[in-house]
Amino acid sequence: MTTIATGPASVFPRLEPLLARVSKPIQYVGGELNSVTKEWESVEVRWCLSYPDAYEVGLPNQGIAILYEILNEQDWILAERTYAVWGDMEALMRQHGVPQFTLDSHRPVGEFDVFGLSFATELGYTNMLTELDLAGIPIHAADRREHDPIVLAGGHAAFNPEPIADFLDAAVLGDGEQIALTISEVIREWKAEGRPGGRDGLLLRLAAGGGVYVPKFYDVDYLPDGRIHRVAPNRSGVPFRVAKHTLMDLDNWPYPKKPLVPLAETVHERYAVEIFRGCTRGCRFCQAGMITRPVRERSIDVIGAMVQRGIEATGLEEVGLLSLSSSDHSEIGEITRQLADRYEGSNVSLSLPSTRVDAFNVDLANELSRNGRRSGLTFAPEGGTERMRKVINKMVTEDDLIRTITAAYSHGWRQVKLYFMCGLPTETDEDVLAIGKLAKRVIATGREVSGRRDIRCTVSIGGFVPKPHTPFQWAAQCDHETVDDRLIKLRDAIRGDREYGRAIGFRYHDGKPSIIEGLLSRGDRRVAAIIETAWREGARFDGWSEHFSYERWAACAERCLEGSGIDLDWYTTREREYAEVLPWDHLDAGLDREWLWEDWQDALDEVEVDDCRWTPCFDCGVCPQLDTTIQIGPTGRKLLPLVSSSHALSHADKSARTGWG
Amino acid sequence: MQWLRVKYAKRGRARFTSHRDFGRAFERALRRASVPMAYTSGFSPHPRISYPNASPTGAASEAEYLEIGLAAPCDPGRVRDALDAALPPGLDVVEVAVARPGALAEQLTGSRWRVDLKGLSAATLQSARDAFLALDSVLVQRMTKNGMREFDARAAVVAVDVEEGRLIMILAHQVPLVRPDDVLAGLQVASPKFAPIDPPVLTRLAQGRLDLGSGLITEPGH
Repeated sequence: MTTIATGPASVFPRLEPLLARVSKPIQYVGGELNSVTKEWESVEVRWCLSYPDAYEVGLPNQGIAILYEILNEQDWILAERTYAVWGDMEALMRQHGVPQFTLDSHRPVGEFDVFGLSFATELGYTNMLTELDLAGIPIHAADRREHDPIVLAGGHAAFNPEPIADFLDAAVLGDGEQIALTISEVIREWKAEGRPGGRDGLLLRLAAGGGVYVPKFYDVDYLPDGRIHRVAPNRSGVPFRVAKHTLMDLDNWPYPKKPLVPLAETVHERYAVEIFRGCTRGCRFCQAGMITRPVRERSIDVIGAMVQRGIEATGLEEVGLLSLSSSDHSEIGEITRQLADRYEGSNVSLSLPSTRVDAFNVDLANELSRNGRRSGLTFAPEGGTERMRKVINKMVTEDDLIRTITAAYSHGWRQVKLYFMCGLPTETDEDVLAIGKLAKRVIATGREVSGRRDIRCTVSIGGFVPKPHTPFQWAAQCDHETVDDRLIKLRDAIRGDREYGRAIGFRYHDGKPSIIEGLLSRGDRRVAAIIETAWREGARFDGWSEHFSYERWAACAERCLEGSGIDLDWYTTREREYAEVLPWDHLDAGLDREWLWEDWQDALDEVEVDDCRWTPCFDCGVCPQLDTTIQIGPTGRKLLPLVSSSHALSHADKSARTGWG
Repeated sequence: MQWLRVKYAKRGRARFTSHRDFGRAFERALRRASVPMAYTSGFSPHPRISYPNASPTGAASEAEYLEIGLAAPCDPGRVRDALDAALPPGLDVVEVAVARPGALAEQLTGSRWRVDLKGLSAATLQSARDAFLALDSVLVQRMTKNGMREFDARAAVVAVDVEEGRLIMILAHQVPLVRPDDVLAGLQVASPKFAPIDPPVLTRLAQGRLDLGSGLITEPGH
């Protein structure tokens, strides 16, 4: 272990004796391939980044990986990482007074300038409180002292940070690449000037730029009935609305270049290249598709170079071509064909994880599995009936689906997985039961075209949660009793079928966790007390079904909201009116509120809206608002030819010289 | 196919690497180092690697061994350098040599271990060691994948030397395998006053063919 000459001492000597007493100690030791350590005093600004979940989930997170590289590439910035520790380790750390630490140099988190957390889901909120508390940082922003880090949230959940506003100093909406550097510059300047105005002086500088939301500079007033009356700045120099950040020209930001490769096993063991950002398909339930607009493609040659260098830098064998709907890249056919050519005969495997119902996707999957096994393909029709799919704007007909799975089963694929949601607005029992009928037709078609009996179809169902900044932000969330009832009816209908029941797998979760996710998604500042109480009573790792307790959350909600006139149902199963001030209305995702409302009305009228990549603009508001535009190809460029950067070890076989050939 | 024998060490923080973790990291390192591995045939080919005898998670080691099968003959010294550079710090390749015929496991019949027991005096250790060695068999328990198992920890112990705050043990590899922490449990059985405060730190110092009479260990290839 290297010793750090200056700065806060490593906690590793105190941690090491505890490691023999916890499960999977490797997750706490750091030292991953491609991790970075810097001298504390050699830099001016220090970030601690966290994905507040277990190491095995947090390490592969793309957002943290990108920021870690971008920040550490600057010689005046240092970035280290921390993750949520498991209960066994938390207990030992409390008992032995070991603070929350970073993995890179085992420094105490409380010593950094910025503690940045990325929230892909609201279910990480309680883990944030554990991390803050173990770090010795007061969990309430109001109690923080001059030397405490600025606690900063990002990620998709930060588009409504109001439920955790009490715990945050600041939040950032949108792409983090450039704003993380801007924030670093502001901090550097403020420190160099002798920290004028103290902590608030820094927060004011950050807020004044318009790109950083500082909750304490905004007051929320409520109406007697519990709805929000007004959200307004409580001082001059801060904007009424805070804007999201949009990175244009992904080709100039080819990160991650060399992501960390852990020794421990993690949920994704692949090198992931984001082939484009944003999606304009317009699925009304999809928060990611709404808040990441417009579409910005990465060029085919940059993708090719990233794949080659990424494999070399990590030794990973799996490459994922990621985006919200990967087959929509304007040059996806060329990308997959050329990558498949390049890696044919090697052990590198390529995958397109996110797939629409489209026979074209089967062609792509065939290309990517030229010499591999054709085991399973996944498609997401999301709704069981055409009516339901019109409501959610998932423009897929039943014939599209049958055409797609016909292509799959006739090309040797044996298993198809179909994703659906339950609890969608206007949904009836019939819409959900139709999922079973669809699955039976899928099996019948599959048996016919493949001539085999051993084909399978797995139906996987998630509970729908209305999200901020989507047309469904006004919708009533379906109560968990109704969701569970529909899922059980569907399960029975599938299992009871003699002809097809055994060929159809059925995966679902009960509806209760979705209700708590709904509370945290569309909540306001009053929800903070519920989060804190649940955490004090033991809520941790709420995204893990074995740790999540609906009963604890519901009881805390009841207690914290007692006498307020509002309750858990008010936050979740209540439909909102147009005029109601929503907790996130002062946070600007670029979407025009009028457009969202019209789209919500179109949903109720079962009217579909096309993708603006191929049809005229529908005025969602993002492009003019952000002064951006969609960036799509085709560029007509080619992947760069593969050049070996590795020396050949073999002195006999020249064919081994490419390293991968 | 050329088989190479790899001797590697687990040092510092890397001692917390489990055997599974090491396997994944090693396979990635082989790819990063462009070692022309031979692959098994079948639906999911994997590189030909044989791991005969891995140390437990949490134990450091100066002498772990494995063998790799190559599709094309390579210079062992260059493979050593390339692999060592490709592995994370703490997982260090000590030596690579052309493997000798015969199963590697048969050349690994015993190990010498250092067991650091912070805060325990030589006198305390000596009396526990004497009490333990005076017994013919000492039953200890360990949780295994198949539940709690009871076995004799005494018969595998060839020698125990005492130093200030540490023990040096020579253990024969038997079935079931007796590990240094099993011997510590045995010391506690034989001498109830023996109670380490901090978790002991185990380090395998050497591994090879064990001469039961002299306690000498001859490393593979020597």
